[in-house]
Amino acid sequence: MAFRGSIEIDTPHCKGCGVCVANCPTGSIQLSRMVNSKGYNYAEMVGDACIGCSACALVCPDSVITVYRVKI
Amino acid sequence: MDTAEIMRPENIVYRKPALITDNVMHYCPGCSHGVVHKLIAEVIDEMGIQDSTIGISPVGCSVFAYNYIDIDWQEAAHGRAPALATATKRLCPDKHVFTYQGDGDLASIGTAEIIHACSRGENIVVIFINNGIYGMTGGQMAPTTLIGMKTSTTPYGRDPKINGFPMVIADMISHLDGTAYITRQSVHTAAAVRKAKSAIRKAFEYSEKNIGLSFVEIVSTCNSGWKMSPVDANKWMVENMFKKYPIGDIKDVLKDAPAL
Amino acid sequence: MAEKILMKGNEAIAISAIRNGVDGYFGYPITPQSEVMETLMKERPWLTTGMVVLQAESETSSINMIYGGACCGKKVMTSSSSPGVSLMCEGISYMAGAELPCVVVDVMRGGPGLGTIQPSQSDYNMIVKGSGHGDFHNIVIAPASAQDMYDFVDWGFELAFRYRNPVVILADGIIGQMMEKVEMHEQKPRRTAEEILRDAPWATTGKPASRPRNIITSLSLDSDIQEVFNRKLAVKYAEIEANEVKYTEYLTDDAEYLFVAFGCSSRICEAAVDELREAGIRAGMLRPVTLYPYPFARIEELAGKMKSIMSVELNLGQMVDDVRLAVKGTCPVGFYGRQGGNIFTPEEITDAFKKFNNLK
Repeated sequence: MAFRGSIEIDTPHCKGCGVCVANCPTGSIQLSRMVNSKGYNYAEMVGDACIGCSACALVCPDSVITVYRVKI
Repeated sequence: MDTAEIMRPENIVYRKPALITDNVMHYCPGCSHGVVHKLIAEVIDEMGIQDSTIGISPVGCSVFAYNYIDIDWQEAAHGRAPALATATKRLCPDKHVFTYQGDGDLASIGTAEIIHACSRGENIVVIFINNGIYGMTGGQMAPTTLIGMKTSTTPYGRDPKINGFPMVIADMISHLDGTAYITRQSVHTAAAVRKAKSAIRKAFEYSEKNIGLSFVEIVSTCNSGWKMSPVDANKWMVENMFKKYPIGDIKDVLKDAPAL
Repeated sequence: MAEKILMKGNEAIAISAIRNGVDGYFGYPITPQSEVMETLMKERPWLTTGMVVLQAESETSSINMIYGGACCGKKVMTSSSSPGVSLMCEGISYMAGAELPCVVVDVMRGGPGLGTIQPSQSDYNMIVKGSGHGDFHNIVIAPASAQDMYDFVDWGFELAFRYRNPVVILADGIIGQMMEKVEMHEQKPRRTAEEILRDAPWATTGKPASRPRNIITSLSLDSDIQEVFNRKLAVKYAEIEANEVKYTEYLTDDAEYLFVAFGCSSRICEAAVDELREAGIRAGMLRPVTLYPYPFARIEELAGKMKSIMSVELNLGQMVDDVRLAVKGTCPVGFYGRQGGNIFTPEEITDAFKKFNNLK
């Protein structure tokens, strides 16, 4: 069974720690070159390889990631 | 299928736990505390015990834990959380009572309280965050600091001749008859987070069985105190902390019960 | 007819705790008050009223158990003696800072340090002036008999809950160890969960969906917030000072000389007053029953009519500072005391009195 996923990041509250980036199995997250109002390079989704596995959200200390997943 | 089609409410598989408040956590980026808070909030929500859970926060970085999980909280003096928990549980036996303590709080100033709560077999849950350093006061040596590890009070590395040896609290208390479940977990990968959550859930379930104290140690990072990036701190933890503090169950009286 | 039983002051504390429906006692053995926990353990109230009694691993732990129990809106208490109470001071400060009700019994012995195990009143300054860091007051009540020990438990909890403030019963080794007849009342029930919700809506009883979470803490980190809180405490203390001062007087109506003494010293002082009266000297005595709030106004009023006032204490002179504050220099203030666990006789007091007043 294959999945497609997407994530929504609460950008103003992301602290840009990068733990999600290191934990993403599909390389679908990176830290933005932009910063939020706190000065953090927030996480952002890249590409369309996300499978909605939730690894990023599980390890996120600030609970800023919402994960969507659909079977295809 | 485009992103807009995927991002529909019915497709949400993971979101911020309902019992995590909207307060922005004061923890440093990448700090393990936030993940552990989230797991406790999820377990309390999933067990449906919000109205019967009383949390006891320590002194240390997690002193403000009460700002983040939507339950009743008591804020203890440094190291004394197990004493508060003891009385709370004994006076309110139908409540779920847990303490949340760091290594300075639990393994240094609060050793008497934790050892005796374990020894008496209090039916409480203890969440022990072990990152081998004092975070809040600026990165000083903790009882669990590894040999050779640099901190602001061991700037040349912890020397056992001067500073003694790291304390392995979970193993120590496993010898006390009052402990029911002792496990050591971490939260640095998705798989580890899932296992840590199961451990926390088990600890809360055991506390309902009146079989003694349940103790969940989370080997954690303090990237600010360790002076590393969060990702590097996780790697360093795996390579160094896990050798002294190996991950896994240490005691489970319901599993390990000797055949009679 | 009310039940009267011969018992030690320490035993009266324990029996009173049970009869008044106290929810929990947490303590650690120390002479001269160990009978409090021993009596509770012998009575096993957990089988009758459901009261929890636990021997903790230290006084530090005892006071923090009280902290936890008080957070839940329960009537909880501990007892100890001077060195043990020193250890409890941290916890008492936290409870004052978190505005938690509790009763702490200090059965004083001689100090400083490990000192002696004999009676003393040398914790006056520690308990009345401080008992921990920060800007706060304990409500302090000083029993002078086994009956007082019995009665003050209930009174102590009434004050503790009315003001959400720690109350210290400041007793001494004499009152704790002395056996006297004590009149006891019928068993009162412990408060129900509903009554706790009504009387202590702030307590950590488990958060229902219907209210915000209850957080018991003494931490603010913000100077402005802390200042607002400390000023709130000041308003509370002013209310306590206005409403709760309690003292007794002995032969003060026509007195020319006044003794001020609390606790066991007041009992001995009474005999000294009698001896002086027999010798034709019109002496009287005021016994502060509450040490905080202190009867400053009444002592000031009496000072206007006196030739002199003498504070009589089992210490080097601690309460005498408060007597001087009250008197405001309107008459001479003297002090007589014994220390280290020694107790004065009425004769020693009258001798010291005569010497101070140049009387034969």
